Amino acid sequence: MRDSVATLVTLRLVYLARLRDAFGCAGETLALQGHETPTLAHVVEALRARGGAFAAELAPGRAVRYAVNHRLAAFDQSLENGDEVAILPPVTGG
Amino acid sequence: MRVTVRVQTADFDVGAEIARLRAGDKAVGAVAAFVGTVRDVNDATQVSSLTLEHYEGMTEAALEDIVAEARRRFDICDALVVHRVGALAPGDQIVLVAVTSAHRGMAFDACEFVMDYLKTRAPFWKKERRPDGERWVEARASDEEAARRW
Repeated sequence: MRDSVATLVTLRLVYLARLRDAFGCAGETLALQGHETPTLAHVVEALRARGGAFAAELAPGRAVRYAVNHRLAAFDQSLENGDEVAILPPVTGG
Repeated sequence: MRVTVRVQTADFDVGAEIARLRAGDKAVGAVAAFVGTVRDVNDATQVSSLTLEHYEGMTEAALEDIVAEARRRFDICDALVVHRVGALAPGDQIVLVAVTSAHRGMAFDACEFVMDYLKTRAPFWKKERRPDGERWVEARASDEEAARRW
């Protein structure tokens, strides 16, 4: 039988460039609870639920990419305690 | 084969970088290089300075992945990417991509491929200082299109 107690993971969130300005901070620590297998989708869901700039900037269809531990990641990417989740606006280098 | 990727605040010397890249490799018959520089006008507005930000920890890995992909796709001898970060002024060099190969076709193609991928996949962001204040540069749809053709 599976343990019914949902996992608690503590994540380091990093907001880059324009998103740092929009969210008013360079990052934060997020405790994610209530999911047996926490994924990137759960993080985005939790941030969107805050409303305001988070809901607007991370709305479906917005050109935002996510990286987990410095690698671009898809929504189904599972997360572990201590992972670094970065939110990247469209890049403009070169 | 050496693969060199650098992110730095300091300027770079294109001649010296290319000389180092092809030093000692007599199989090289072609060097293609691209240098990106800061313009003083963007979207019809004067730009007085530029700040380049990157995501430390991810940037080098992302650039190395791009160069590795270029090596898989093109028959090249060596490649180099140098990208600056921090405060830059109009006229300053921003980025150097240099590729060596036996013949020019592969060098041209690989150089353009690396730039197209860098423009759409490497975590750099430009912030412009203009007469009306500071502004994050918007990504261009044409850059995505350029990267998609490969």
